[in-house]
Amino acid sequence: MGTTKTVAAEFEVNGSIPMWKSRREDEKPFSSANPQPPAPVVPASTPTSYQPRTVETPRMDTYRADVAHIGKSVIIKGELSGSEDLYLDGEVEGNIDLRNHNLVIGPNGRVHANVHAKDVVIHGKVNGKVMGSDKVELKKSAVVNGDIDTQRIVIEDGAFFKGAIDIRKGEAKVEAARPTVQAAAAAPAFSTPAASVPAAGASSLAEKK
Amino acid sequence: MGFFRNMFGGSTQAPSASGENAVRIPRRSTGFNQFTKAILRPDGQRVLDLGSTSSSNINFITGLGHKAYNEDVLMAGNASRLVIPGPEEGSKTVDVARFLAEDLQYDAESFDAVLLWDVCDYLPEPLVKPIIERIYQITKPSGALLAFFHTRDAGAEAPYYRYHIKNEETLELQQGPHFQLQRVFQNRHIENLFHDYNSIKFFLGKESIREVLLVR
Repeated sequence: MGTTKTVAAEFEVNGSIPMWKSRREDEKPFSSANPQPPAPVVPASTPTSYQPRTVETPRMDTYRADVAHIGKSVIIKGELSGSEDLYLDGEVEGNIDLRNHNLVIGPNGRVHANVHAKDVVIHGKVNGKVMGSDKVELKKSAVVNGDIDTQRIVIEDGAFFKGAIDIRKGEAKVEAARPTVQAAAAAPAFSTPAASVPAAGASSLAEKK
Repeated sequence: MGFFRNMFGGSTQAPSASGENAVRIPRRSTGFNQFTKAILRPDGQRVLDLGSTSSSNINFITGLGHKAYNEDVLMAGNASRLVIPGPEEGSKTVDVARFLAEDLQYDAESFDAVLLWDVCDYLPEPLVKPIIERIYQITKPSGALLAFFHTRDAGAEAPYYRYHIKNEETLELQQGPHFQLQRVFQNRHIENLFHDYNSIKFFLGKESIREVLLVR
């Protein structure tokens, strides 16, 4: 028991879990007659030196505490609206309207609906119009059949997209850039493609590899 | 194979199991440069990209002030749902009627410009002519079409590349999913295939590619 206390004290002092058992603990034989206390639960955010092989998963671990979550076995037919972020891994037929909040469609997500949210991240399948008032991200597993209307878009290699993309310039950006825009108004908007394209690329779209 | 690999940029990185490779090989393209000039003005044109989904292409098109449309016809044309029994016993063919009912469904004269890339060389034979006809229907009069065709020098094992637009005169080629080169068109075949178009210009590109700019 003395050994156990020592280990527990280490947890409290260091605030982290040792990767390997100490020699004293190793020497201690396992015995059901001398039960060990349950191993402390490791928080997902606890940093450890061991990093398992990265698996492509949505960034929902950090969201889970403060977003609504619809699991992969859930099927919703009808209007889906809300005023909080949503992680959707199930199936929705109808419309999704989150306006000023973010939507993540998980790898199992199947959406037959028009989608309207602030940021839309798609890992799964969407049939319908996607409107992201700020940004739309198509991950490599995404399959989207429908038009996309947004200010910024990110498409990973491997994503499948069939439809039209309309890149809108944000009202806030227009407001902030108004003096510049007025100054530039006398000149042609796209005097040379070389001048226009990189600027648009920097602001509207970033490609992930 | 080594010869062709060297010609296409000498990449030594092995492609993934699906045949995809992250390496991008830059290539100057006179045909694309001419295509860009054709669509430079006015803003608000509708441009249809029939190649693989590429954020670079969407970025370039929308950066010019146009609206970008994307439809991967090669992926759609090779979908298993389109495979039907052929006329001969045991043979298989492509359900062209179903393809045309489900894909490339746009109103007539919808687009100011179309990027076909080298899709024709990899399409199943029954789809080539119907797709070219459909593209003609959905392109506006005076609309531009850019297509690439392999020359015979490319060889039967010429890999399928995804085309990414880097700028108005440079493309980046990225080895895409594995599709077999189905045929090599002669210039005469190309002229016959696009005989409805008002003008056709050939540009001899690098790496055994002919670039063709057509105006409807």
